[in-house]
Amino acid sequence: MSDVFDIAVIGGGVVGLAILRRFAKAGLRCVLLERGADILSGASKGNSALLHTGFDAPLGSLELACMQAGYAEYLAIRQRLNLPLVESSGLVVAWSDEELAALPNIVAKAHQNGIADVRQIEAGELAAREPHLAAALSAVLVPGEAIIDPWSAPLAYAHQALAHGAVILRGAEVTGGTLANGAWRLAHGKGEVRARVVINAAGNFGDLVERIVRDPPFAIKPRRGQFVVFDKPAAKLVNAIILPVPSEYTKGVVLFRTIFGNLAIGPTAEDVDEREVASCDGETLARLKARAIAMVPELQHVGINAIYAGLRPATQHKDYVIEALPERNWITIAGIRSTGLTASLGIAQHVARLYADHFARLPATPEPVWTPVPNLAELRPRPYQTGGDIVCHCELVTRAEIEAALTGPLPATDMGGLKRRTRAVMGRCQGFYCSAEVTAIMAEAARGTP
Amino acid sequence: MERHDVAIVGGGPAGLAAALRLVELGIKDVVVLEREAEAGGIPRHCGHMGFGWQSHRRLWTGPRFAAQLRADTSSLDVRTGTTVLELGPEGHLRIRDSQGARHMIANRVLIATGTRETPRAARLVGGTRPQGVMTTGALQQHVYLNHRRPFDRPVIVGSEWVSFSVLVTCLHLGVRPVAMIEENAATTAPRAGRLVARLAFGVPVLTATRLIAIDGRGQVEAVEVEHGGQRRRIACDGVVFTGQFRPENALYMTGPFASDDLAPRIDSAFRCTDPAFFAAGNVLRPLKSSGTCWRQGLAAAAAIAGSML
Repeated sequence: MSDVFDIAVIGGGVVGLAILRRFAKAGLRCVLLERGADILSGASKGNSALLHTGFDAPLGSLELACMQAGYAEYLAIRQRLNLPLVESSGLVVAWSDEELAALPNIVAKAHQNGIADVRQIEAGELAAREPHLAAALSAVLVPGEAIIDPWSAPLAYAHQALAHGAVILRGAEVTGGTLANGAWRLAHGKGEVRARVVINAAGNFGDLVERIVRDPPFAIKPRRGQFVVFDKPAAKLVNAIILPVPSEYTKGVVLFRTIFGNLAIGPTAEDVDEREVASCDGETLARLKARAIAMVPELQHVGINAIYAGLRPATQHKDYVIEALPERNWITIAGIRSTGLTASLGIAQHVARLYADHFARLPATPEPVWTPVPNLAELRPRPYQTGGDIVCHCELVTRAEIEAALTGPLPATDMGGLKRRTRAVMGRCQGFYCSAEVTAIMAEAARGTP
Repeated sequence: MERHDVAIVGGGPAGLAAALRLVELGIKDVVVLEREAEAGGIPRHCGHMGFGWQSHRRLWTGPRFAAQLRADTSSLDVRTGTTVLELGPEGHLRIRDSQGARHMIANRVLIATGTRETPRAARLVGGTRPQGVMTTGALQQHVYLNHRRPFDRPVIVGSEWVSFSVLVTCLHLGVRPVAMIEENAATTAPRAGRLVARLAFGVPVLTATRLIAIDGRGQVEAVEVEHGGQRRRIACDGVVFTGQFRPENALYMTGPFASDDLAPRIDSAFRCTDPAFFAAGNVLRPLKSSGTCWRQGLAAAAAIAGSML
């Protein structure tokens, strides 16, 4: 590839894809390099799928600014990309006197952060809103907290970037690079690319990639989060996102409905050395399940559908690390933890400003091409309701949806990618009924691919 | 709106037996709603022998038995590719098929949605999530419906009868399991099974052994097990979770009658607490053979016919 791109983004997670979208939409020639077999196969694979207001983020932080900008842009574009949203609101629930005493400060902090509609509610209103919740003393109501689709959103960003001419290379791990004559030459698993400006959005590998340009001023210390997902009848038991009163050490585990109609609890926060594979452990999963049942006792009668773990790319710094190195044609983005899904569009705005300030003016934005993604959320019309053959009976996924996910400009390349694009095999039977057929459809699609 | 005398949800041995008997008893307007592309139920992918004795006094493989059931019911209204999404009061059903979603009403509804195994997630087994982890049902479909071989050296978790049927499936595939793991001190199936496993298949049965975690990146590489407080790794390339059958409950949990995740509540005549609804077969515990499900389907049909007089 002898062409020189304007921008090379390293990392195909939600942050990298949001950045790719913004620059491609602005008319720049962009390439994205992802080490995994598919996009969204690293830190973005396992998150809690929430759109946060930032009510509890540190005042004046870059994180808060990016979350608020990202939240606003998500609302502005979601309908044109066919992205769902459940306005569930959030409740920070106090079960003890100690937690109760902390609530006024949570409200005050939210107001400082500009979230004016946050207010404390009494036990009676809480019980009316959440009749299945174990009796509690009081709560802080955060109306703006919402539930979104954690994979369709970044997939939509990727598709829009592709529609604007971006190139996405998967299985392309960046192994080194040199800057000469105003352009980077990046070596990756499948060859090399040249680009004027490199954007490091490598998530859990951010510090390793940063070594290409400098001695990194941050170290990635992956933080593992484990989750337990209850079967769909559980979603009727909870309305809002149930947040714990944060302690000094952690925001704690959250009980939340998913956009797919399940109820999940997580994440834990465990510092680990592993960057690549997030593993679960049975004791922690059992504790999470018990914690959910303590919050909503009727959950003891509902089955478990899935367990998963994610790795959040934490650093030693509390805030995001986002900076431009003008003399090195490089922009660093690191330490984007659990707020990354919310903040990604805001991070992309911030990075675009850094680019304009330090590298080149952004061209006048052409009319954007909108690339709506298939809807997977149960609250909106889904293909099974109008016909076709159902392959995955638990999640009601049709053959046409699976075949569509295996074709197009960014087809799923493995079972994980197919699951994230369609929900197939993600339900209560975990493939008892459909995994063989899904595997056969994948094999057929692979044979059809030159 | 489409109306029927009886709608049967599930075209396995129980549901098909009930349909045949209802017609014999003079109830003509019976519809069987089956979500898979063909009726026959779980026997469709049980490749071993032992099916058909109670219903046909023959000994067949599962697929042969399922084919016989389809032949027996070929003149009935069996609708495949038809999913029942939701149950409502007075025999109301929301269904969908290749034409889309719509409503149906039946004077009586028989729930015969069968059973499935408890997969890894619901057992809260830790570790990573590589390829090669499945239930017996998924393995059998890989093998008998799609002729695939998903691993060469799996570990089998559980020691119920179905666990030994996995051994048969593995033999059919030319696959040699590394071990069977049973958490309890003794195998769940009778002792003979353990002897058969060891002597006929050369597979050690590790009792009082708990599966702690699964390890592997692309494919399974090993499992971690605990026995007597000691943990160790067993190298393998697959894990089959067998047994711990639980009802396929998603549909009946929507119904206007008493139930929990383990069963709809019924009286001695298979009737739910809403008089329009009945249940039979493996959706009711305990796990039964296909022959016993067949007979239960016949009995439920008699009860339904009696209730319509």
